[in-house]
Parts: sequence; structure tokens; C-alpha cells
Amino acid sequence: MIPGPFRYRRVRSVDEAVALLSQLGTDAKVLSGGQSLIPMMKFRLAEPSYLIDINPIPGLDFIEERDGMLRLGALVRESTLERSSLVRQRYPILHDTAEVIADPLVRNLATVGGNLAHGDPANDHPATMLALRAQVVARGPNGERVIPIDDFFVDTFVTALQPDELLTEIRIPAPPPRSGGAYLKFERKVGDYAIAAAAVFLALDEARRITQAGIGLTNLAYKPLRAVDAERALLGQQPSEELFRHAAELAAQATDPVSDLRGPADYKRAVARTMTLRALRRALERAQANA
Amino acid sequence: MTATAVRGIGVPVKRKEDPRFIRGKGTYVDDIKLPGMLFMDIVRSPYAHARIKRIDVSKALAMPGVIDVITGEELAKANLAWMPTLMGDRQMVLPTDRVVYYAQEVAAVIATDRYTAADAVLAVEVEYEPLPPVLNPFEALKPDAPLVRPDREQKSNHIWHWEAGDKEKTDRVFQEAEVVVAQDLYIPRIHVASIETCGCVANYDPATDKLTIWMTSQAPHAHRTVFSLVTGIPEHKIRIISPDIGGGFGGKVPVYPGYVIATYATLKHKKPIKWIEDRSENLQADSFARDYHIHAELAATRDGKIRGLRVHVVADHGAFDAAANPSRFPAGLFSVCTGSYDMEAAHIQVDGVYTTKPPGGVAYRCSFRVTEAVHTIERMVDILADELGMDPAEIRFKNFIQPHQFPYKSPTGWEYDSGNYPAALQKALDMIGYQELRREQAERRARGELMGIGISTFTEIVGAGPSHTFDILGIKMFDSAEIRVHPTGAVIVRIGVQTQGQGHETTFAQIVAEELGIPVEYITVEHGDTDTAPYGLGTYASRSTPTAGAATAVAARKIREKARLIAAHLLEVSPDDLEWKDYAFRVKGAPDRYKTMQEIAFAAYTNFPLGLEPGLEAECYYDPPNLTFPFGAYVCVVDIDRGTGQVKIREFLAVDDCGTIINPMIVEGQIHGGLTMGMAPALFEEIVYDENGTMLTGTFMDYLLPTAVETPHWKTAKTVTPSPHHPLGAKGVGESPTIGAPPAIVNAVVDALSHLGVRHIDIPITPAKVYRILQEKGVAE
Ligand SMILES: Cc1cc2nc3c(=O)[nH]c(=O)nc-3n(C[C@H](O)[C@H](O)[C@H](O)COP(=O)(O)OP(=O)(O)OC[C@H]3O[C@@H](n4cnc5c(N)ncnc54)[C@H](O)[C@@H]3O)c2cc1C
Repeated sequence: MIPGPFRYRRVRSVDEAVALLSQLGTDAKVLSGGQSLIPMMKFRLAEPSYLIDINPIPGLDFIEERDGMLRLGALVRESTLERSSLVRQRYPILHDTAEVIADPLVRNLATVGGNLAHGDPANDHPATMLALRAQVVARGPNGERVIPIDDFFVDTFVTALQPDELLTEIRIPAPPPRSGGAYLKFERKVGDYAIAAAAVFLALDEARRITQAGIGLTNLAYKPLRAVDAERALLGQQPSEELFRHAAELAAQATDPVSDLRGPADYKRAVARTMTLRALRRALERAQANA
Repeated sequence: MTATAVRGIGVPVKRKEDPRFIRGKGTYVDDIKLPGMLFMDIVRSPYAHARIKRIDVSKALAMPGVIDVITGEELAKANLAWMPTLMGDRQMVLPTDRVVYYAQEVAAVIATDRYTAADAVLAVEVEYEPLPPVLNPFEALKPDAPLVRPDREQKSNHIWHWEAGDKEKTDRVFQEAEVVVAQDLYIPRIHVASIETCGCVANYDPATDKLTIWMTSQAPHAHRTVFSLVTGIPEHKIRIISPDIGGGFGGKVPVYPGYVIATYATLKHKKPIKWIEDRSENLQADSFARDYHIHAELAATRDGKIRGLRVHVVADHGAFDAAANPSRFPAGLFSVCTGSYDMEAAHIQVDGVYTTKPPGGVAYRCSFRVTEAVHTIERMVDILADELGMDPAEIRFKNFIQPHQFPYKSPTGWEYDSGNYPAALQKALDMIGYQELRREQAERRARGELMGIGISTFTEIVGAGPSHTFDILGIKMFDSAEIRVHPTGAVIVRIGVQTQGQGHETTFAQIVAEELGIPVEYITVEHGDTDTAPYGLGTYASRSTPTAGAATAVAARKIREKARLIAAHLLEVSPDDLEWKDYAFRVKGAPDRYKTMQEIAFAAYTNFPLGLEPGLEAECYYDPPNLTFPFGAYVCVVDIDRGTGQVKIREFLAVDDCGTIINPMIVEGQIHGGLTMGMAPALFEEIVYDENGTMLTGTFMDYLLPTAVETPHWKTAKTVTPSPHHPLGAKGVGESPTIGAPPAIVNAVVDALSHLGVRHIDIPITPAKVYRILQEKGVAE
């Protein structure tokens, strides 16, 4: 459990980080919370020659609502997200998510930016961000670009970020009236990655018809998954138990899990259905309370 | 002296060891830092079974900071490539030609620091020729199975066959029986997973010609003797120190190759060598527990009277028989599996088998295979109840050994010392509101909800143990205590057992406090250093209080007898005119004329009667006349989520009887910890290998130790049935909850599903396993 040799640099600005990344290329890795990267280094699954520690960069840990968007700085810790009253009141789905990630010790260090940048389909934030239609802001040598979340996750541990880009911010559309979201995760024990988890976001119109539906799924395919068919089945409909069961079934069908110690694939698919159904119910409760 | 001042037996004294632990001031093996110390790291096999064609150490040796790379070939020259196991088998220290389990030690790197050692491990080049792994013991027994141990004369993977009970009588009972139920049960391989991994600092000092080893050892004296026998170093030139130990649970009883290699390295380099396993090494290569494939049958009358038990076990021992059972008990005390029930006959057979998996079969918080025994009988009784349509509580009451039957001779030859099983179960049922729960269950079932109630009424067998029956490598399983009372009445107690969290420093001080009337804070308990502590066999199998606890009480009583003579001298009366009352020697009929132990101690050094040896000390080597048999009645209530298969323990009540209780707070703590460790294999933990024999559960991400979140609120209660033969009436308690909890939980889960025709589920009962059953029975959500 001892990592291979590496060099370590602390940076104090996004520009400095980007400059170093362009200089060092793929030999370098950004270090944020280190809760995914360092375990991989200890198992020698990752052996970067350089670590670029972005923690000293000031001002990258903001949580603010501006211009109809919630903006999260890349260095917002899970524990900060968990305790934010803005998040708790306006984005309970994010609170749900932060709360079920790992354990309090990990959450004190792990960052939302790292959780997405790692590109791990087992991480919890990707599903939530897919359900919420978030955007990821990246800065590279040629400046800033905004990546829609649907384009962000490319493959297992591969995102749309270029080796010389830094993820700086995550933007989430502010919730319309009569909307609500929920994240439900089923795990073998606390601190574990999900057997299956579902993020659901719903918005209703005045006639109680579903106008927006977002469903993201965790650890159920080679990359974080959006249950597109299930979302489509919900749109324009009035919520009902029957509709939700149908949508949950479609969501389960969209998954492609592997059999492993968390259980056989068909079991994971079944849990995906259960989690989606229960998340739909909770999202609806919240949407109705938010009228 | 008053009882409040003494704080002896029965008082919840706060643990003396806790201030140093709470403040981070404990001294564990890895805290030992010696000048010039070198670090050892181990190259491990990526194969479960392979021939070693070549080991090239040149690249590793060329790295700056690397001092040495030790291989099996080198050890063979020193006759150390193999070592004896505690079970009379032999085990590779480092292989010369083949490896027989995944993560087996292949070579050892010695370097100036940990980091260099870790890098050099990757630079050692080993060429393997993979051989077919042998992973299933039933396959291993087939004639064409690859041989795990060609070094043995016997060319088969069968290690030994062992029996207990009366075959003929049992077969007869089964032939006549009105009802027979049978079941296969598998108790999977699990790991003790102590928070402190294993390791040592071995230091040979050429100036004194002495070898000192700080070692994560549950049995430092026994290990000293083994080391002396293996290395040929005279025993007085070896000192083993077992400092603070972060959990033993049986995993620190065996001798691991790492200890031996580090010892060889310090003798060779004449520098201290530190070796500390990392978490994965600990999980992958250290002794496992359980791995019992059980076939059990119960014979009974139609009205539910159990008549006989027949059990056959195939025991997977891995590549070396390195369980740490008493010599004559290759299957430990498994034959106690007739449990708390009176029956005519029993016949138990166990076959030990080699596979290409790590060696072990340690008594994981369990007095040598008693967990397996209790699981067997407690499951079988429920299966019989189901067959007969009886309530699981009713069938137990019907078959309990009754209080008047003690001492009770079991059909497999044990003599149970004392017990009152019906009282314990009745108390548990009353406290939990059993009838009410059954009513609730019926209502919920009608609504399609799954709720179960499980009972386990177990009998433990602890305190090995009478020397005529129990030994380890010939060393009899007595234990010892030595007490010195200083002139001011302060005391040092040294014991032959070694604490790894059990609280000996407190409990044993309370025994002495009670016996001598000296306040507990004036008593220090020392242990774990073979140069100072009296010889003992160590702490495991809940044996400390039954053996060394008894030794402590007897030694204290010897001191009291000498103190009587001094008191008589001081009070100018005859010793016969004195009585020990209220923690002082008092003149009979004149209780105000008395001497306290403190006064007597001072006189023992300043004013002792002519002809009496000065000083106030005693020792005792205690050979218990029998084992002790703690017992308990546990009730567990579970709810099952039909959408995920998750089992939630809603309520768990443990009524324990461990005889006289010395420190109720420590006992309660032991029970809480033990219940959690019993829940773990019932619902979470399992060592899993893939088809190549690669271990898949080598980190805590996949070897699922439960946390506070998964742990229910444990409710505890007690009955007290003292042991008739222990000087204090005490029995062991550390392991009762670990062995009693799993069947209570399994019985509850099966009970929740019994109306669907479910009779048994093997542990661990994972959500995936339950969900599959729900699907099969058409009740999955
Ligand atoms: C015991 C344990 C349990 C866990 N359980 C869960 C769980 O249940 N659910 C869950 O979601 N997560 C879990 N995690 C993972 C944890 O949440 C991760 O730490 C998180 O996913 C990554 O965040 P980080 O800040 O630690 O990133 P790091 O580990 O520092 O980095 C992860 C990767 O992202 C890159 N990176 C990080 N920040 C940036 C950036 N700003 N721009 C570009 N690249 C960047 C790094 O170079 C690296 O490749 C667990 C971790 C542990 C140790």
C-alpha cells in the first residue's frame, strides 16, 4: 500500500495549474480531494510522475445561485455540500447524493469536481448531474469551455476533459416551481459504492403533467447512465404509480451491469428498478411540496 | 476496607488500559522504533498454484537502499524453508520450488526504509509455471485431483479423519426414528480482520547474544518455545514481547512466515528488522477461519423429542494444516454440537482436506470450531421444528438439558459443568415479548410483509483446559499468575495470558482486589513479556478468566494464607483465631481488632514472625479440572425489504450466562463487540476466490466489516449460574456472542420466509441471495 515514486507541485491559481498541465502532459495528474487518486496510487493502479495539487487555489470552493444557475466550484467538498442550507432547501437531490458518498472522513476531503472528473461509473454525483442536466466548465490553454453533462462521460474513467484541462465549475439549472428531485442508493454497507442507485428529477406543470424528467443511474453500466426511454415515457403524463412502475422498468432495461461481488447482473437490474421507482415517488412528493 | 474502596468483583470499574488507548499512547508493534532498524517487505505469489522456475533478485539488489533479498533456497540452507505448524503439519516459510496459494510469501526484501522495500518487491522477478488450482475440497478428494502437498508421504489431499460419539448407537437411533431431517450447511471462509495487522520487530543483539522479538502474538510464551525449537536458539536467549495488541481473535495465535523470515534476517544482518503487513496482505494470506462444509441430520420423535445427531464435515484447511487447535483436536471442540439439548446419541465425523488456499482454520473469536458446532445444531433444531410444525421456542423447551441434569455428560463425551437453559430462554422471551411478536408477524404476513423471529439457545465450551486432554505441541494448556505485594500494599500481578482488548489489566486487578482487600487502583497487571511474565498458553478461546483468572484467585489466596500468619503475629493471637471478613483479618468475636492487607504487607517486610520467610508473594500454575460451559438465549427480529432483499435487524436481545461476573461493564462490552462480530459473517463477510484461486476480497471495500450504521442497538441481559469448579464461579464470555448471534439471525431470516417453504439459507445472507429467493417464490417487489 505504498505508492510508486512521484513528484508533487502545489499551484495557487487555475492559470498556473493549466500551464503546468500543458507542460507536463499525461505524466501529470490533478490532485483534489485525493480520495480516488491516492488509493489508486497506493495499489499502483495509477503511477503518475507528477501530482499537481490544486487545493491551494483560492476561491474554487463556491456554492452560489446566479443567473438561474447553481454554481459549484470544483473544490467544493462533499461535506460542505452536505451542510449547505442552500443545497438542502433548493437542491435536496444534491444533499441526498452527498450524504451517501463514502463516509464522513472521505467526504471531508473528496470534492464534487473530482467526483465527476474521475469518470467512475460507481461514483454518485454523475447520475445526479445527468438527471439535473448540469454543465461542466473546463479551463485549458485555449481558455474556457462549457461541456453539457451528456457529453462529459466518455468511457470508464474517461471524460471529455483533455489532459491539459482543469474542471473549474459545475452549473446546475435552478429548479422551476413544482419540481423536485431525489437520489436513492442501495449499498452493501455504508461507505460502499452502489449496488444500484437512481437520481430522479421531475417538474410538473399546473395541470400536474410532467414537463421535465431526468433519470440518472449509478454503477449500472461502463459509464454513468441516463435512462432516456424512461424519461420519455414520463413526459407529458400525469404521475401515477402505474406510470412510475413502467418508467422504472424502462430504466432497469437501459442498464447493462456486470456480475461481481455486489451481486449478479440481473439482481442489480432489479435493484435499479426498485431504486428508480422509490426515487420517482420521493421526487414527486418533493415536487408537490414545492408547488 | 469497604467494598466501595476495594472495587473488586462485580463492580463496573472503568478499564485501566483505556486512558493510554484513548490518548493515542498505546504501544503497538509498529510503534517500536530501534536505531539502525531495517524494513522487510514480502514478494507474494500472483498464482494459487504454480511451479517456481526462476527467481531473479539482481534488479532488486541493485536498487539503492536494498540490503538483501531472502529466498527459500537460502532459508533451506539454514534448514528454515519449512516450519512446524501448531497442528503437527509443516508449512513453507519461503518456497523453494512451488507456491500453493495466492499471495503466498515467495521472497523477502530487506531495505533501509519501507518505501524502498516496497519498490524493490516489484523489482524481484519470479518466473512461474501455473499449475491447476484446487479450490473445492470435494474436488480435492477425487483421486485425479492435483496434489496440493507432494512433499507428504500420503499422496492425497486428505489430511485426517476424526470422529466423536457412538456410531452404532447413533445409527440405531436413526433407524428407529419417527422423523429425520437433513441439511447441508456451508459456513464460509472468513477472516478475523483485526484492526492491527500482523507484524514484528526482530532484534538480535550480538553483544548480549539475545534475540528479542516484539510480535503481534496472542501466545508469546508458546511462541518463544516454538522459536527455540525451530531455530535451535536456547530458550533463555529469546525474549518475545507482545505489546499492546490491536485485536487478536485467533488470528495472532499461528506463527506466520514473516516472523520467521524477520528473525532469520536479524540473525544474519545483526540489525533490527521490522515487518508489518499491510491490510491486503493480512486479508489475503493470514489465517482464515471456518470453511466448513457440513452435512447434518437430526432424528426425533413425532412429538418433537430429539433423539440423535449425525454430522459429517468436510473441512477446508487450505494448503497447510495450520489451525491452532489443541493437539488432540484437529476439529477443535466441534463435537460440542449436540448443544443445549439432551439426546440419546450423536456421531460426528470430520475430514480435513488440503486446497490451494491460505492455511488456517483459526478459532476466530470462538473456542475452536464451536461457532460451527452451534450453527449446526441451532439451525437443525429450527429445521426440525419446521418439519414438525412446532414453534422454535417450544421445541427448545422440550429438549433442553434440565437444570437437575448437571453435571451433564454429553453423548460426545463432554461434561457440562452447570446451566439453566429454560430460565435463560424464558427470560429472553418475556423481555422481547415473544407472543406479541408472533401476533405481529401473522398480521404482517397477511399484508404480504416479511418479518421473522429467530432464536438461538447455545452452549459454549471454553477454558482449555484440563491438561490431561489439552495441549498445544505437547505443552499442557494450564495457565498462570504471579502476585507480589509491595511493602506499602501496592501490588504487581503478572499473568501468563495476554490481553488484546479483553481488559485483563482491569479484570485481573479486580480479582486480586477482591481476594486481598486492596483497592483496585493499587494493583498493576503486567503481561505479554516472556522475560517477566510466568509461562502461559495465551489468550484465545475465552480461556483467560477460566484458567489464568483462576490462577490469579488461587495465588491471591496463597498470599492470604501467609498474611494470616503475619496478622496473627501482629495481633498476638493464634492464626486460627482469625477470620477473613470485610477485607481484613479480624479476631473472631472481636471484629474491631483487625489488620488490613496493607498493614500486613508492611509487616511482611519489616516485622514478620520469626521463622517465616519475609516478603509477600505467590504464584499459581492452574490446571483446570474441567472446561466451563457458558450459555445464552438470543432472540433476533428482522424485516426484509421485498424490493432489494435487504435484511434489517429490528431488534436483538442477548441473554448471556457466564457464571460469576467480574466486571459487568467489560462483559457488556465484550457482548456488544461479539454480537457485532457474529452479525458480520451472518450478513456481510466472506472470503471469495475466483476460479483461478485469486482472492477477490483483499480490501475493506470488498471484505465487508459492518460499521456502526449496520449495527443494531444490542439489548443485553443476564442470568447467573456459577461454574461449580472455578474458584470464582466464573466462565468465559468473550466468544459467546460471536457464536450465538449468527444462528439467531439466520433463524430469523428463514423464519420470515418459512411460510414460503424456505428452510435454510447459507451465510452470509446477502441482499442478492435473499432477492433471488423472493423471485423464486414470486414475492419480489
Ligand atoms: C473508502 C472510499 C469510499 C468511497 N465511496 C464513494 C461512494 O460511495 N460514492 C462516490 O461517489 N465516491 C466514493 N468515493 C470516492 C470519493 O468520493 C472520491 O474522492 C471522489 O469521487 C473524487 O474526488 P476527489 O476530490 O477525492 O478526487 P481525486 O482523488 O483527487 O481525483 C480523482 C481524479 O479526478 C482528477 N481530478 C480531480 N479534480 C480535478 C479537476 N478539478 N480537474 C481535472 N481533473 C481533476 C484527478 O486527477 C484524478 O484523476 C469513495 C472513496 C473512498 C476512499
